[in-house]
Amino acid sequence: MLSIENITHSIDAWLNSMFHPTVVLLVESLIVGICAISLFAVLGLVLVLMERKVSAYMQIRLGPNRVGPGGTLQTVADTLKLAMKEGLTPDGADKFLFNLAPFVVIIVAMLILAPVAFAKGTQIWDLNIGVLYISAVSSLSVIGILMAGWASNNKYSLLGAMRSGAQIVSYELSAGISVISIVVLTGSLRIQDIIASQQDGWWLFKGHIPALLSFVIFIIAVTAETNRAPFDLAEAESELTAGFHTEYSGMKFALFFLAEYVNIFIVCAIAATLYLGGWMPLHIGHWTGFNQVMDYIPSSLWFMGKTFFLIFVIMWFRWTFPRLRIDQLLNLEWKYLLPISMVNLLLMTLIAIEGWHF
Amino acid sequence: MIQEVGTTEQGELVINLGPQHPSTHGVLHLVITLSGETIKKVEPHLGYIHRSIEKMCESLSYRQFIYVTSRMDYLSSHINNHGCALCVEKGMQIEVPPRAKVIRVLMDELTRLASHQLWWGAMAMDVGALTPFFHAFREREAINDIMEETCGARLTMNYMVPGGVMADLHPDFQKKVKEFIRFFRTKIDEYDELVTGNVIFKSRMEGIGYLSAESAVSYGCTGPTARGSGVSCDIRKLYPYEVYGQLQFEEVTATGGDCFARYMVRMQEMRQSLSIIEQLIDNIPEGEFQAKTKAVLKLPKGEFYSRVETARGEFGVYIISEGGTTPYRIKFRSPGFSNLSALDHMARGYKIGDLVAIMGTLDLVIPDIDR
Amino acid sequence: MFLKKYISDVFGAVRSLLKGMRLTGYYFTHRKEIITQQYPDNKEEMKLPERFRGEVVMLHDEKNEHACTGCTACELACPNGTIKIITKFDMTPEGKKKKALDTFIYHLELCTMCNLCIEACPTDAIKMAQNFEHSVYDRSELTKKLNKPGSKIREGVE
Repeated sequence: MLSIENITHSIDAWLNSMFHPTVVLLVESLIVGICAISLFAVLGLVLVLMERKVSAYMQIRLGPNRVGPGGTLQTVADTLKLAMKEGLTPDGADKFLFNLAPFVVIIVAMLILAPVAFAKGTQIWDLNIGVLYISAVSSLSVIGILMAGWASNNKYSLLGAMRSGAQIVSYELSAGISVISIVVLTGSLRIQDIIASQQDGWWLFKGHIPALLSFVIFIIAVTAETNRAPFDLAEAESELTAGFHTEYSGMKFALFFLAEYVNIFIVCAIAATLYLGGWMPLHIGHWTGFNQVMDYIPSSLWFMGKTFFLIFVIMWFRWTFPRLRIDQLLNLEWKYLLPISMVNLLLMTLIAIEGWHF
Repeated sequence: MIQEVGTTEQGELVINLGPQHPSTHGVLHLVITLSGETIKKVEPHLGYIHRSIEKMCESLSYRQFIYVTSRMDYLSSHINNHGCALCVEKGMQIEVPPRAKVIRVLMDELTRLASHQLWWGAMAMDVGALTPFFHAFREREAINDIMEETCGARLTMNYMVPGGVMADLHPDFQKKVKEFIRFFRTKIDEYDELVTGNVIFKSRMEGIGYLSAESAVSYGCTGPTARGSGVSCDIRKLYPYEVYGQLQFEEVTATGGDCFARYMVRMQEMRQSLSIIEQLIDNIPEGEFQAKTKAVLKLPKGEFYSRVETARGEFGVYIISEGGTTPYRIKFRSPGFSNLSALDHMARGYKIGDLVAIMGTLDLVIPDIDR
Repeated sequence: MFLKKYISDVFGAVRSLLKGMRLTGYYFTHRKEIITQQYPDNKEEMKLPERFRGEVVMLHDEKNEHACTGCTACELACPNGTIKIITKFDMTPEGKKKKALDTFIYHLELCTMCNLCIEACPTDAIKMAQNFEHSVYDRSELTKKLNKPGSKIREGVE
């Protein structure tokens, strides 16, 4: 069966037979880099199109339907338009930071891509502290946002950036605690181990109610972390026009936009990995026939299906709910999510120690 | 006042909200003094869409000036026209035929519904929910289609003439309106499901932008803004015009005085408007749709005032006539202007996100404020 | 007591959110609810109501005759100075001079479609047409001459 794992292994073997190991490492890094960047571009295009279509159907509209078959090339056209636009730098802006900020944001998004397992045996970097790495790196994106807000020399941007800072720092906590509750169950920080532990069932089902709770909290927290509605206070359109990227135009704006969508993809991929078994197919107990049928579906499809389902759920939130106010947002975190997730973690630890999980 | 604008204390931030801002619904310019995110002062700056409509009207005849008032509060253009027509009829002592009266009221209520629907969508958009806007437009489209068929236009209808209405109802009017009522009754429950009951929306609305009954009166607020504070000010009830005196409907008031009270008043008003339309749609009297009037209207020397209840509040028309074919002076009392004046009072101490919600519940139409 | 309220608060909140999501989910899955019209594509079947006010036109019959007497009632009724009527003097067969329409100038760019001119016209010579696509490349194209070249007043219209 043709799978991504086989392809990568054969490329690796071929390169090793031809070149010196150092050259091989360099070439492979290059290939991975190119793959990551092109994955970024494709994800951006697909997710923007998906969001526009989802929002359109929820808003009883048709959405983009003119460029390409069924409007599929609309986002390509939009990207071309953005690439042609002049990237203005406002007068009085801190030029260095202003131009650096979008790259910081996008690089952070790229970094988190490293430990994500896309399919069986397909992972850029299987480091043994994968989950910790993700938590650590994802909190760096706030620096880029603060940089953009401060350097723009615009009061709206500044307010947006400050909101974003408060928001991301707070929601890191409950996202982290939710992640820990799965780590408690698996006993490993390594992504592959976490996936392997879900061979006989996903943690969402195996971990009783605490797993479900921590899943919900994780989804809420990462929605807030990626600045998506109903937590899009950093760019609250009706209040701050566009928040931290008010002054950006052209390709620099496109990078912020791209980073937003790639971040959504990544957090959904992590949620899928932690709670829904990553690339693991759905297995139900001893239904061997059913399980075998499920095994025939390629692992990359399983991963993408789960991730895109979660992305859809997050989009569903966005197009249904009003936005919270900044103090309510922090109330929600500190008064509801954090206490609940702490109690939840205790319960989860109890379950793990007693071995009550399936 | 001008010197005050720039002066700030330590740690205060002055922000220009508008004239081009997504949530001011037009070219309203607010100078906000912030301390962190808390509002210290809101100062509306007007005049970006001033077209001197009052002065323009002085050079237009009594038939002609009515169409200009559609361009003030464009969302309740029909009701504005109605106020003007009433004033001219008062001066000329024209008796409007009963059929015309009923048609006018029906159109008024449909306009009110359309205006409130747009407000509902825009309000939800102000607090961050984008989907309701499109749902609101679906229902509004049905009303616009009815309007288009009978009046010939969708927004600035100019259907009123002194002495009645410009044309008779379209033969399909009754059927379409009944269809619309049946359709909208189901959709208004969806409105509640999607927005009113939503916990986020409620927490954004409840206890925000408090306006006491006393301050509502002293700022001259009218319409749902004042009724949300418990002030009874519905012109349709207090000074009934046309056939409103014979109709069974309630003046919706709430006592909360906050954004949610104003929101609920408008939601209830939509239901009341529906019931008014239901009462009238089967009882449109036969007869003339327009009284016989002279080709050239001349108001007698004197001063005339009439008022109507638009979707936003009390709309008054004050005409001073010297006996000629054009008014000597005309003054419109627009509800939006007075309602906006209370904004500073309502918004102080709340957050910048609340300001947007408060403006949403005020239902501002900027051309109505600037004229 | 406090804990009970806390929990019921949380559950009530979640229920209200799910209600909204159910509604948007319904619209997402029911494509028949979509109300968008594909505008330039549906031009053929799109029908505007008869009373729709798009622009003022003058009615001509097959003999290229109109009903305008050049009385300027519409010009007087217009609030914006949209209409300008130039009259001429025709000779009747009896040899009398008779006022007649020479040119009916209509400034579409000034028109607000208020319908007052049509109301004012005593002979129903003009009416509102349903055409609403008025964009042109040059503003001068918006100033129109409504009576067709060579047209004359219909017999019997006074």
